[in-house]
Amino acid sequence: MTNAVPLLTVEDLSITYASDAGPVQALRAAHLTALAGEVIGIVGESGCGKSTLASALINLLAGNARVTSGAVRLRGQDILTLPEDQKRAIRGRHIAMVFQDPMTAFNPVLPLGAQLIDYQHHLPHTRTEKRARARAMLARVGIPDPELVLNRFIHELSGGMRQRAAIAAALLMTPDVLVADEPTTALDVTMEAQIIHLLRALRADHQGTILIVTHHLGVVGELCDRVYVMYAGQVVEEATVDDLYHAPRHPYTRALIDCDPAHLETHTPVLPTIPGHLPDLTAPPPGCSFADRCTIATARCRAVAPPWVRLSDTQAALCHEVTP
Amino acid sequence: MSALYDVANLSVDLALPRGLLGMLLPGPKPKLNLLKGISLTLNRGETFGLVGESGSGKTTLARAMLGLLPTSEGLMAFEGEPLTGPRGFIPLRRKVAMMFQDATASLSPRMTVGALLAEPFHIHRQPLPDPDAMAVALLARVGLPAAIARRFPHELSGGQARRVGVARALALNPALVIADEPTAGLDVSVQGEVLNLMTALKADLGLSLMIITHNLAMVRHVSDRIAILYLGRLMETGPTRAVFARPAHPYTQSLIASEPQPDPRKRRADLAIHGEIPSVLNRPTGCAFHSRCPRAVALCRQTTPELRELGQGRAAACHFADLI
Repeated sequence: MTNAVPLLTVEDLSITYASDAGPVQALRAAHLTALAGEVIGIVGESGCGKSTLASALINLLAGNARVTSGAVRLRGQDILTLPEDQKRAIRGRHIAMVFQDPMTAFNPVLPLGAQLIDYQHHLPHTRTEKRARARAMLARVGIPDPELVLNRFIHELSGGMRQRAAIAAALLMTPDVLVADEPTTALDVTMEAQIIHLLRALRADHQGTILIVTHHLGVVGELCDRVYVMYAGQVVEEATVDDLYHAPRHPYTRALIDCDPAHLETHTPVLPTIPGHLPDLTAPPPGCSFADRCTIATARCRAVAPPWVRLSDTQAALCHEVTP
Repeated sequence: MSALYDVANLSVDLALPRGLLGMLLPGPKPKLNLLKGISLTLNRGETFGLVGESGSGKTTLARAMLGLLPTSEGLMAFEGEPLTGPRGFIPLRRKVAMMFQDATASLSPRMTVGALLAEPFHIHRQPLPDPDAMAVALLARVGLPAAIARRFPHELSGGQARRVGVARALALNPALVIADEPTAGLDVSVQGEVLNLMTALKADLGLSLMIITHNLAMVRHVSDRIAILYLGRLMETGPTRAVFARPAHPYTQSLIASEPQPDPRKRRADLAIHGEIPSVLNRPTGCAFHSRCPRAVALCRQTTPELRELGQGRAAACHFADLI
């Protein structure tokens, strides 16, 4: 990594959710660094904390969530401790989000144009100017007949067009950080390829950082520069996308890649899996969270929390068994 | 291998509301053609994959095969016995079980898993001397603990709900299980577990499987033969390995090329397929795929290609199939 000032950093961030069984430690000392112009992938399976991390980035944590340590810094300023009105000023304008399901991300009873104008409430422009900006942004994301689409309701659009509209909405304020939570999960493979293509084209004229939160390694391989792999609320590996696929170091990363049917070259009727379950996050194990499912775990892994081992300038893993 | 389920020249139309003008004007009743000229054979003991984008008619075909939709043309036969009329399908549904798309939503929220597993016996008036023992046996078969029988669907994880769906489909010892998107929304490792379970049960119980999906990476490993649907037309069918190795139809080629690659070294710069699947209300003339096909010529816009045999069990509906 260069010594450029990071646009966004997450430092030692821990978040718990209150529950009947006690606090659930959804995020444990998570960290990441993103430079301007980078596309970062945050990868993991359900329950690994990637959506909690995304919610923290955009300051939209659930009511029962509590930040127990750490900071999210935008250009060095901690945005988690700001007063509510300043959080609002950042949300949407400096950090924007593309949500998983574009159908529920829009209001079903307002035409799209009205909502895209409302998204620009930070701007001093007139309604006519805002409408023109919305139209231009819809055209930019590849929606044909943007003027017509401004008068449409979200249910009148196809799945691919909805996701394009959601990306347009997030980009209207030219945010520094764009967080896309599973941007292609609801789409067919052909639409998925088109959205990936669009996001790639947009990064050329987007000066900030794009964070892609996904469980789909294909999306990561096609889009990202660097990747953070999460497991049970922790970042377990950080690598460039090429190293992640060709030289993964953490046993969980390796297992995850091996499970992906797209990774298997030969025809295999029995697909590889990761035996076992996620640990109970109300009482995480004292040692490594992955130890019970890991093929190379030792007694030390079960007893002692693993260190964050720096393997190269761009790669690091949370594991006892890796050496630089 | 002998034929288990034969579908010959099947068409499904949806009657459209006529409206006042339609009632006054003479002419045929308006209808929407959903499926046309579908012929396929499922063999005993094989896994058949049905692939296509949303709106291609995959689920419609499965529903028609279970007699859940009126058909307008074509013959269907199960174990050599022709299926006719709505009543003709009732005994069939004892032998052909369906796993519906959304595993959690397809389980009644007010019934326990135990009651849900007993339901097929009541519906088909089959003897069920000991419902509890049967529930425990079915749950054990899909690798779930007996305690699950007392739970309600909302208390299950996605993978567990999917397993309950498998158990319910197996309740009446079917000869064929039709699984509609059995892995949608599951993490890769859980996806592997569900598919491996289905493959193992298929071998143990001598089942046949039909898997409806748009997940190509998965279907290429688990199915023996596949059929590719586009806008209600069969585009290509054949042994899975041969089709993936050398797809004969441009649509199949585009689908395979659209899949996101987890290996960043295999990123493709261009898009394999542009545009969206057209609406059935506005079906293209000639070949249904010509509006998105990179090879389309004037002939494709005028004449609908027939599904032609290409040898080795393969067939494709393209004017240029043997040139490719």
